[in-house]
Amino acid sequence: MNLNATLIAQLVVFFILGWFTMKFVWPPIMKSLDERAKKIADGLAAADKAKADLALAEKKVVEELRKARESAGDTRAVAERQAAGLVEEARAEAARIIAKAREDAEAEAGAAAQRAKEALRENVAALAVAGAERILRKEINAQAHADLLANLKQELQ
Amino acid sequence: MAGNAPTASEYVIHHLTHFNTTGHAQEAVIDWSVINIDSMFWSIALGLLTIFILWSAARKATSGVPGRFQGFVELMVEMVADQAKGIVHSAESRKFVAPLALTVFIWIFLMNFMDLIPVDLLPMLWGESVAAMGFVEQPGDAYMRVVPTADLNITLGMSAGVLLLCLYYNVKIKGFGGWVHELFTAPFGAHPLLWPVNFAMQIIEFVAKTVSHGMRLFGNLYAGELLFILIALLGGTATVFGFVGHLIAGSIWAIFHILIIVLQAFIFMMLTLVYVGQAHESH
Repeated sequence: MNLNATLIAQLVVFFILGWFTMKFVWPPIMKSLDERAKKIADGLAAADKAKADLALAEKKVVEELRKARESAGDTRAVAERQAAGLVEEARAEAARIIAKAREDAEAEAGAAAQRAKEALRENVAALAVAGAERILRKEINAQAHADLLANLKQELQ
Repeated sequence: MAGNAPTASEYVIHHLTHFNTTGHAQEAVIDWSVINIDSMFWSIALGLLTIFILWSAARKATSGVPGRFQGFVELMVEMVADQAKGIVHSAESRKFVAPLALTVFIWIFLMNFMDLIPVDLLPMLWGESVAAMGFVEQPGDAYMRVVPTADLNITLGMSAGVLLLCLYYNVKIKGFGGWVHELFTAPFGAHPLLWPVNFAMQIIEFVAKTVSHGMRLFGNLYAGELLFILIALLGGTATVFGFVGHLIAGSIWAIFHILIIVLQAFIFMMLTLVYVGQAHESH
């Protein structure tokens, strides 16, 4: 328990060791600690950002799906409308063709009847003359009665 | 040890005598011409070991995934850095005080740890080898104390270092005039009649801090060492009771001492920070 110069020597060693640690130990270790803390903080921030991005992307996907569904619906409606229009047009065309056919047929029938009537009219004179000849048993001059026959033909119109 | 077995008191005294520059026990209580070679040797050797350990970790320090060794050193660095941040409120001062506290913590732990080495082992090896080399006539004439912190010079040397730091930071932070003003006006007040009282109180405070700081560590380790010596003395009786007693008491005390050596190292470090921190605060 005696005091001696060991005290002074130890005091000097105390400061030398402290100085050494301050100079060569503390800064590199603190630097690596700070850098690691920063790395971890950056990593966490990146993870948060990725999570936010993911949520955003999911929202976008839902939005896109909704849009696609909507546009598909629109397309279908348009197509249906178009189809209905086509059917309608076809129906109208068919009706028009039928009506025309009917008209043509009627016109043709009318013409045929006319033609039959004409033919009949042509023949009426000959028949009438032949009938009269038989009745009179003599030749009738067709020329002499041409006017009369023409009148008859006119009346049959 | 002498050729014929030493008496118990001779044994204890032999263990408590330093290997110093005089070659025999120091006679005067204070003699500045003497140096304890054993204390200085172990103190410097363990100090070098301390900074070597720290330096090896610092040299390979990476901000990536740390290895176990780096992790261990970082654990202590962060512990000390956190404590320093809470106690010393000056980033500039912490640049020196925190590394110093770290060094002191590990260094004192290692010096305390010498107490756990079997109490006769190193002194006996030392005695036998110097006697064999012819430096002393018989091994018992060679002295060797291996626990530097059980030497009052070592602990007071370090607490005196802390005192110097406190004075330095007092002047640095408050200015010389400000510090002298504080010496005479705190803690009781600025009335001229109180100046001598204040000054006396301040001086007592500084002395008490420094002495208790060194004495606390010294006392714990000196007592620990003495107890190991006494327990060894029990085994030295070479009886069944002595052997079993040595075994049981030695084990219990050594296990308990593990706590003490860490705790005392920690306390010394914390008080270093606290005293330096106080030097930064104005009354």
